Amino acid sequence: MQPLEGNQQRYTISIFTEDKVGLLSRITAIFTRRKINIDSLTVSETENRGISRFTVVIRTTPDRIGVIVRQIEKQVEVLKAFYYTDDQVVYQELALYKLPTEVFASSKAVEKILRDNHARVITIEPEFIVIEKTGHEEETTKLFNELKPYGVLSFVRSGRIAIAKPMKLLKVHLQELENISVF
Amino acid sequence: MRTLVQLDEAELNTAIHSQNQMGPPIIEKKGISGAEAVVLSLLAEGVECVFGYPGGAIMPVYDALYDYRDRLTHYLVRHEQGAAHAAQGYARVKRRAGVCMATSGPGATNLITGIADAMIDSTPIVCITGQVGKHLLGTDAFQETDVIGISMPITKWNYQVTRAEEIPEAIAKAFYIAQSGRPGPVLIDITKNAQTEIFDFQYRKCLKIRSYFPKRKVDMNAIQRAAELLNNAQRPFMLIGQGVVLSGAQAEVQEVAEKAGIPVASTLLGLSAMSVHHPQYVGYLGMHGNYGPNVLTNQCDVLFAVGMRFDDRVTGRLDCYAKQAKVIHIDIDPAEIDKNVKTEVAIIADAKEALQALLPLLEVKRYPEWMARFREYNAIEYEKVISKDFAPNTPLPKMAEVVHLLSQKTKGKAIIATDVGQHQMMATRYYEFDEPYSNVTSGGLGTMGFCLPASIGAKIGRPDREVIAIIGDGGFQMTMQELGVIMQYHIPVKIIVMNNNYLGMVRQWQQLFFDRRYSNVDIQNPDFVKIAEAFGIPARRVEKREQLSQALDELLNSHSAYFLEVMVEKEDNVFPMVPAGTCIADIRLE
Repeated sequence: MQPLEGNQQRYTISIFTEDKVGLLSRITAIFTRRKINIDSLTVSETENRGISRFTVVIRTTPDRIGVIVRQIEKQVEVLKAFYYTDDQVVYQELALYKLPTEVFASSKAVEKILRDNHARVITIEPEFIVIEKTGHEEETTKLFNELKPYGVLSFVRSGRIAIAKPMKLLKVHLQELENISVF
Repeated sequence: MRTLVQLDEAELNTAIHSQNQMGPPIIEKKGISGAEAVVLSLLAEGVECVFGYPGGAIMPVYDALYDYRDRLTHYLVRHEQGAAHAAQGYARVKRRAGVCMATSGPGATNLITGIADAMIDSTPIVCITGQVGKHLLGTDAFQETDVIGISMPITKWNYQVTRAEEIPEAIAKAFYIAQSGRPGPVLIDITKNAQTEIFDFQYRKCLKIRSYFPKRKVDMNAIQRAAELLNNAQRPFMLIGQGVVLSGAQAEVQEVAEKAGIPVASTLLGLSAMSVHHPQYVGYLGMHGNYGPNVLTNQCDVLFAVGMRFDDRVTGRLDCYAKQAKVIHIDIDPAEIDKNVKTEVAIIADAKEALQALLPLLEVKRYPEWMARFREYNAIEYEKVISKDFAPNTPLPKMAEVVHLLSQKTKGKAIIATDVGQHQMMATRYYEFDEPYSNVTSGGLGTMGFCLPASIGAKIGRPDREVIAIIGDGGFQMTMQELGVIMQYHIPVKIIVMNNNYLGMVRQWQQLFFDRRYSNVDIQNPDFVKIAEAFGIPARRVEKREQLSQALDELLNSHSAYFLEVMVEKEDNVFPMVPAGTCIADIRLE
């Protein structure tokens, strides 16, 4: 994980948008313009058809995050954006590891590593095995480091997905915005 | 049970409202081309004129324009940048979106400077660009450019149309978005196939977009708190910006100032929202603004900002800007609140509506001592700066003298379009604006070349008013080809080029901050009078102070366009000046 500098904080930004071409560029440009590196980004459709959810992890200072999120919300096709510190979200990442099948045959050590890390095997092929591990970035990295001596052929990690702890529903937020707006 | 429901944070009640809410059909026509649909859509939005330039990918639309030439006037600019600036000039004085049109590739990229200018100065313009056919997208086809990608960060919204059926709704959304909330530029890129496809056209105005909340109701709690702060203030100070102009809140500003006795200063883009002759008006803010309003910003106890965004040219260094004051900020754009200056009371609303709500809660107040402070500083500025700027003590007239005389002759009633640089600061300092919607300038972006095309758009938007373009010799050469538009359509814009044979503002900075090392500011100019005459525009050059008054009369009395070149003092500087990155209190008078 990227280290924090000065009074930086790590923030998870959840953005609900219309599912429209080009919106990803519009949103990432808000960070690019301020020279903020995106540490992690995932986009997917929500359970509501036509509404996408962006989960973006960045590092910035507490006095800038509000300004940035308001710039995101200002985009015409953004419904609402929220930002959270790590303690305000339950978050998870998924990692996949590809290893040669023979390392399982030749040693019990790998099996122990998988058990200790609560990882699971999802595919066994004659030449390779794919292992899956969910957890925080530190946890998926720890497993990678432990497997490394056995020859990890490939390692891939998803971006962070997160669910916020605050209980207020998006539709309530939107209804509130609707109530205070004139069109 | 409760948690199961509430954890579903992303659940969206789509019943709240559908994606776009459209009005009833106002125009219908069966079996027409996408190109004709573009023209009919513009007419449905009440568009009277378009500034543009044809080319391959937009030819079907130009073909449709031919059929509607009696209802929709197209002004052929000489460079697409001119089309965007003309649309801006039109929008600023007409108070509705200006429209510009260009072909794909270079046509579209030439619009970019104007779009960026409109974005930062919140000017509603609708740009329509042609694009290669859908099957050619992404193939590096002739004149294909990713215009959506390029214009994304400088448009309020943009959209690529690839089917004719999308045209009416895209254009309806474009006008709605450009003109609502905080206005701005939008761009619609239309592939050539969409222009030629035949479909059944139906136009509905856009009333609402699900994800877009352009304007909020006035929050009476915030208004109450603002009123308390203002009623208990000892030294309140009101700053007005373009938000006042955009919302048409000039009368409300005046009423608030009169009732509550608050002194009012304006930003560059707020100029002309309040008459300079109003007793509560104390001047102009910013890097080259007036002495009193700048210095006293750091002495007021309540700073009341209306429709302005605390630009760095207004605030100087932020850590020494109005630190002693409690700040009330009215802005329609929530993203402006606390962006640069932390506020005590934020009122996210239309300026006019907010001031109307505030007015009855304000107590009648007078601050004779506080107002006197402004007059004291103004007297110092008059002695140290203004009287010198006006003094006829140089071989050639000074820019300030030209503007001052022009202001007297027009009684402050003309629309003044300016370019960027020393002449712009002199014009905005010394033109005594006495009529609203009279200031057309490039503020945020500082675009040299803005003035001439913007003045053309302004004159087309307000043919009933005198429009005077004041331009420097450098900026004039950036878009002077637009004289062709003035010639072709007989647009009676009055042009004054103040020529010091220098890129004056850069030279001033080199003099003050770069040890007089005049690097590439000495510009060799062509014979401007001959150029204007070549475009059939009556023209004259003034080289002596004694000729100036009569030349200005000639310019103002002309029924056609007129070009006046005034040779001005070569090394004139604009003061006061808050050097970039310093505190406003450190404003220099010399």
